[in-house]
Amino acid sequence: MPVLTFLEAIRSALHDAMAADQRIIVLGEDVAVKGGVFLATDGLLARFGEHRVIDMPIAEAAIVGVAIGAAIHGLLPVAEIQFADYIYPAIDQILNEAARLRYRSNGDWSCPIVVRAPFGAGIHGALYHSQSVEALFTSTPGIKVVVPSTPADAKGLLITAIHDPDPVVFFEHKQLYRSVRGDVPDGMYREPIGKAAVRRSGDDLSVFSYGLMVHYALTAAEQLAADGIDAEVIDLRTLAPLDRHTILASVAKTGRALIVHEDTLTGGVGGEIAALIAEHAFEYLDAPVRRLGAPDVFAAPFADPLEAHFMLNPQKIAAAMRDLAAY
Amino acid sequence: MNAAPMNTTVTTPVEREHALHLLHQMLRIRRFEARAAELYGAMKIRGFLHLYDGEEAVAVGVMEALTPDDNIVATYREHGHALARGISAGAIMAEMYGKQEGCARGRGGSMHLFDAATRFYGGNAIVGGCLPLAIGFALADKMRGQERITCCFFGDGAVAEGEFHESMNLAALWRLPVLFLCENNLYAMGTALERHQSVTDLTRKAASYDVPAAAVDGQDVLAVEAAARTAVAAVRSGAGPYFLECRTYRFRGHSAFDTELYRTKDEVEQWKQRDPIRLFIHLLMDEGLLSETDLAELERKVADEIEAAVAFAEAGTWEPVEDLERFVYSERRSP
Repeated sequence: MPVLTFLEAIRSALHDAMAADQRIIVLGEDVAVKGGVFLATDGLLARFGEHRVIDMPIAEAAIVGVAIGAAIHGLLPVAEIQFADYIYPAIDQILNEAARLRYRSNGDWSCPIVVRAPFGAGIHGALYHSQSVEALFTSTPGIKVVVPSTPADAKGLLITAIHDPDPVVFFEHKQLYRSVRGDVPDGMYREPIGKAAVRRSGDDLSVFSYGLMVHYALTAAEQLAADGIDAEVIDLRTLAPLDRHTILASVAKTGRALIVHEDTLTGGVGGEIAALIAEHAFEYLDAPVRRLGAPDVFAAPFADPLEAHFMLNPQKIAAAMRDLAAY
Repeated sequence: MNAAPMNTTVTTPVEREHALHLLHQMLRIRRFEARAAELYGAMKIRGFLHLYDGEEAVAVGVMEALTPDDNIVATYREHGHALARGISAGAIMAEMYGKQEGCARGRGGSMHLFDAATRFYGGNAIVGGCLPLAIGFALADKMRGQERITCCFFGDGAVAEGEFHESMNLAALWRLPVLFLCENNLYAMGTALERHQSVTDLTRKAASYDVPAAAVDGQDVLAVEAAARTAVAAVRSGAGPYFLECRTYRFRGHSAFDTELYRTKDEVEQWKQRDPIRLFIHLLMDEGLLSETDLAELERKVADEIEAAVAFAEAGTWEPVEDLERFVYSERRSP
C-alpha cells in the first residue's frame, strides 16, 4: 500500500475519482494551471483538461454558486476555496442555497457538491490565513461537515464526499498537508461520513477531537500513559452529522470527557458535544465535561509568541487531561 | 497574451527636485523589499510575503496626488503604499517581524499594515473585501462635510468580486469622493486577466456605472502622477467617483511560494525592460537632471534608512502573551 502525505492523499482522491467518473469537475482559484496554492490539484489539468479543471475568477460566491447549479444539472463539482478564511463571500451560497435546496424543492433537487477548504493556524499566516471556520457550518442543517486527520481518511472521506448526495464542506488542516504520512489504499477507497474513529482505546477518560488536534491529543495520551492514565482518543472525522453513538459509548465506558479543538472556545463545536453528553450520558459522568479550545481571540495574531500562545499543543492538552483525570 | 507592455513614452518635463523625490521614493520601496526578501529567506520574516517589485511607480505616483488628510485603503501587496504614504520604514519592518513596535503592534504582519496617523486603512488580505469600506469612509466624510477623498487600491483580480460592482454602483449613485485605483498587473494571483475577465479593458467596467475612467502606463511614474492628479481633481470637485487603471506588472511571484507556471520567462523579461525605476533613471540622466553622483547619494540614503529599519525591528520586543486577548473588545467600560 502506498505511503502518502495528507496532501498527496487529497490529490490521489481527486485523480482516482475523476478518472472513474466523468461527472466530476474541479473549480476554484488557481486550481488548474497553477495546480492549487498547496498543489492539491496538481496534475488534474493535464490529465482531465480545462473543461473539467476550471480556473475561476477571484469570486468565491460564484465558485460555490456555479458548483451548485452544475450539481443540480447532473455534475459532481468539487469547489476549492483557497483558504477557509476566504469562504465568507460564499456563505450565502452554501447556507442559503446549497443547504436548503433539497428541502425547499420538496426533495426534487439535490446538491451533491463538495467545498474543499484548507484551514487552521500555526503557519504564520496571521489573521486571514489561519482561521477555523467549521462551527459556522455545523449550525445549519442540510450540509455535512468533514474534517479528516489522516492521509487514508483524507482520501477515503473525500471520495465518499464527492459521491454523497448532499453538500459537504470538507476542511483540510494546512499543517497536516506535508507533516503527516500514512498508508493510503489505491483506487476508489472510501471511508464513511458520519462515523468517528477510535484512534486510541483507553478506560480512564475520553478525548474527542478532529484535524491536527487529534495528533496532538494522541501525543498527549502517550505522555499520560507513562503516568498510568489510560486515555481514549476519538477522531470525530465528521462534525455534522456527529457520530453520537461512538461519543456516548466512549463516555459510558470512561466516565470523563474532554473535547479539544483548535477553534475558539465560545460557540465552537465542543459546546454541542458537551451538551450532547450532558443530555444523554449524564449518569455515566464522574466529572464535569471539559472543553479545551483556543482563547476567544482571532486566529491568529502574526507575532510568533502570540500565535504560539494562541495554539494548542500536546503539553496543553496533556495538562487538561491530567486535570480531568484527577477530578 | 494581452500581456504586452503599454507602448508609451515617459512624460516630461519635470523639475529636478521633484524628480529626485519620486526616484527616492521608488528606490526606498525596491530596496526595502529586496531586504525583506532576504530576511524572509533568513526566517526573520515569517508567513506570507507579497512583493511589489515592478509596480513601484503606481503607489509613488498616486500618493503624490493625495494630501495627508485623504484616506488610503490598500491590498495585501502594500509595503510600497505604506512607505510612500509616510509610515516609517522602521515601523513597517518591525511589523513584518511581528514586533510590538510595528505599526499594527506585530499582530498583523506583512499583509495587514495599519496606521491611524497617516489614515492608512490596511493592508487588506481579503481580495475585494475592503472596497465597500472605502464607500463607507466616503459616505461618512461627505455627510460630515469633510473635504477629504478616499483612494482605494485594488488589483485586477478584485474586479471579479461582487463587492467591486456593488461599491462602484453605490459610489456613483451617491456621487461619493472615491478614487478607485486599479493596479492591473495582468494576473489574479496565478490566473491571467484574459482567463478571468470577459472584458479585459477594465476601464469599460466603469462605463456601466457612468463613472469616468482612464488607463495609464503604470511603469511611468510621471504619467501615473499626472493621471492621478487629474483623477483626484475630478473627485475633489464633487463630481463623484473616478476609476483609474494603472497597467503594470509584478516582476516576482505572487508570494514567496510561486512556481509561476502561468507565465513565461520571456514575458517577465520583456516587462523588466520597462522597469519603472530604470526607465526613470534613464530619462532623468538623458535630461541632465540626474548624475551618477546623485544616484549614488540617493542609494546611500536609502541603504541607511533600511539598515536603520532592520536594526529597529531587530531591537524590537514581542508583545507579552498576557496581552493576547487585548483589543478583541473595547477596553472602555460599558456605560
